Amino acid sequence: MFTALLGALFFALGVNATSAYAAEGEGLQGALSSGNQPVAGVKINATQNGQPVGSVVSGADGKWTLSVPPGKYEVVLDESTLPENVGLQGAAGPTRSLEVFEGAMRNVLYPLGPVGAGAPPPESEPTMLDRLPNLVYTGVHIGLILALGALGVSLIFGTMGLTNFAHGELITFGALAAFVFNSTIGLPLWLALVLAVVAGGGFGWLQDRFFWGWLRKRRTGLVGMMIVSIGLAMVLRYVFLFQFRGDTRQYADYAAQAGVEIGPLLIAPKNLIMDAVAILVLVAVSFALLKTRLGKATRAVSTNPSLAAASGIDVDKIIRLIWTIGGALAALSGVMLGMFQGVNFQMGFQMLLLVFAAVTLGGLGTAFGALLGSMVVGVVTQVSTLWVPTELKNVSALAALIIILLIRPQGILGRRERIG
Amino acid sequence: MDWNLIIQVSFESIIGSTAIIYALAAIGLNVHFGYTGLLNFGQSAFLGVAAYGLAMSVTTFGLPFWVGIGVGLLGAVVLALLLGVPTLRLRADYLAIVTIAAAEIIRLLFRSVSLSEWTGGSDGLQRFSDDFYAMNPYSQGIKILPLIDMDSRDLWVLTVGWILVALACLIVWLLMRSPWGRVLKAIREDEDAVRSLGKNVFSYKIQALILGGVLGSLGGFMFALSRAAVQPDTYGTELTFFAYTILILGGAARVFGPVVGAVIFWFLIVFIDALLIELIKVGAIPTAIMDPNQAGSVRYILVGVGLMCLLIFRPQGIFGDKKEVMLDAR
Repeated sequence: MFTALLGALFFALGVNATSAYAAEGEGLQGALSSGNQPVAGVKINATQNGQPVGSVVSGADGKWTLSVPPGKYEVVLDESTLPENVGLQGAAGPTRSLEVFEGAMRNVLYPLGPVGAGAPPPESEPTMLDRLPNLVYTGVHIGLILALGALGVSLIFGTMGLTNFAHGELITFGALAAFVFNSTIGLPLWLALVLAVVAGGGFGWLQDRFFWGWLRKRRTGLVGMMIVSIGLAMVLRYVFLFQFRGDTRQYADYAAQAGVEIGPLLIAPKNLIMDAVAILVLVAVSFALLKTRLGKATRAVSTNPSLAAASGIDVDKIIRLIWTIGGALAALSGVMLGMFQGVNFQMGFQMLLLVFAAVTLGGLGTAFGALLGSMVVGVVTQVSTLWVPTELKNVSALAALIIILLIRPQGILGRRERIG
Repeated sequence: MDWNLIIQVSFESIIGSTAIIYALAAIGLNVHFGYTGLLNFGQSAFLGVAAYGLAMSVTTFGLPFWVGIGVGLLGAVVLALLLGVPTLRLRADYLAIVTIAAAEIIRLLFRSVSLSEWTGGSDGLQRFSDDFYAMNPYSQGIKILPLIDMDSRDLWVLTVGWILVALACLIVWLLMRSPWGRVLKAIREDEDAVRSLGKNVFSYKIQALILGGVLGSLGGFMFALSRAAVQPDTYGTELTFFAYTILILGGAARVFGPVVGAVIFWFLIVFIDALLIELIKVGAIPTAIMDPNQAGSVRYILVGVGLMCLLIFRPQGIFGDKKEVMLDAR
């Protein structure tokens, strides 16, 4: 009892949230999909020593779970229940022999793909050169998404010295807000986006007005605040999970938009439009930082808060403004990310390390460094998939971060004295 | 409502293997953060490297158990060097970002399909703990209802685990009252002052990183052995954040802080979890408000709130001294 309960409990802990669903303990699970579409209604049977122990049918999201006690099992996918144009791929066949261990859900993989008349003919392996332009484009797209998040992180770090681990949740907040406006209330996506950005800005303002500003007034240390932001990130992330559950969902509009060919590239128009919006916003913010009085004040606070305060700049007001802008930019980043890969409760948290990598690469606290760093991280992660497996693409970005810190610890645009 | 079950799981969590694992992880962090002031956010990597070092040696390469332990310890030392050499010259928040990045790299490598021949991919590895349980001297478990009901395997894990915790505490206590330990604390307070006294700050930091990593790796061994399995996603960032909460709850820079923190932390988590699930089961909480799946996320929300409140209102935790807690980096 003890081990089983703690085991299940524990499992629920480490595997972040999806695990909270595997609370029943041991069993078999899997997700069936063909292309990017879930495959529902497929029957899967499990037998032990020839005795049937259970069967399950995959749900609308293609997922299935079967609770079984630990032991050895034969799992068979009933091929007759597959949709007409979908078949098993590879030579492994429909039967898997595996063992379920105490306290763990065992994943069973069935590669599915299109077959029959409707299936496209098998293409010849695309060469590196064919893939490169598309990868670079995707890299730039992800770089822009990162840049919108990274600018906020960088400005907040610059003005108040806080490494904000809860910035990922600002990104998620934007994406989820747009989801509520778009799919729940039914507004068109462009309006949902505008509202989500406004809501994100408001959320950032509220956070600073009622939380971070209060902490500054209490003179909480910077390391203390950083750990507080970790706590805040955890709270927000699991409030999102509590409210929105663990699935990845798509916006109601433009979910599966066909790509158009532009030269060697194949791009969905929604991504191009979002790129244009992102570039416009980034240029506008950069221009404001360089040319307007508030922008100059921001840069002054970022360089030396005490001196800025002494020369009559209201530092608190500037920081609140930064939080508002940061929240709005993060929300835009979240909506862009949501259109690109779907919405779920931990999308921002998964981006956070890449955002940090981008900010650190560019130089902590430098706004333009953050933009440059984001592009580098975005393109490096995508192009590296030419050589490393796709699942490890984030490893290459994080490894690039560590290597750059070895050679040039202040980042690409950072100043030497900032690293102390 | 099944109070007996709630009491039993809560009591068992006080002495259970989870508390042991997190106590060891937090003792290691205490050396890093509490005594030396290093913001290591990659403690999960030390546990993961140790656990996988053991599991891969035994399961994948068929080496003896004790060689596996050696490989795990060596892995922790190598990881500390790899992390420390590039980052320890940088400011505290750089170290935080790089260590958390490194821990994610390691977790992603463990779970990657391309390395699954050695690591077992996202399913992890099993069957490396037979030699450990073969050493079990107990022939039967204990059962004192409603408090405790454990078989002989659990008992053996707990015995070894608490001996390791005691040893780790002893090592930390002895080292921190030695001249070496005083240098570490001085580095936490004022690095430049220590440097001006002719001490090699960088070398001391590396030593502290290695020591804390090795202490944490003991937690990794216990993690792997008590579950008789390793699973990549259990070594994620949440493990590190939980360990920080435990350390700050108990009191940083105190020998018993992490141990007390781990016991209280897990008691609260398990008790609240079991209570919520029972309340939902008997219908005291309607499923419209919360269903059993959602109850799983409540604990994380509570941990987050607890961590924030501790840092804001009582950064020294239960036992700590406010003057000794490293809270400012700039």
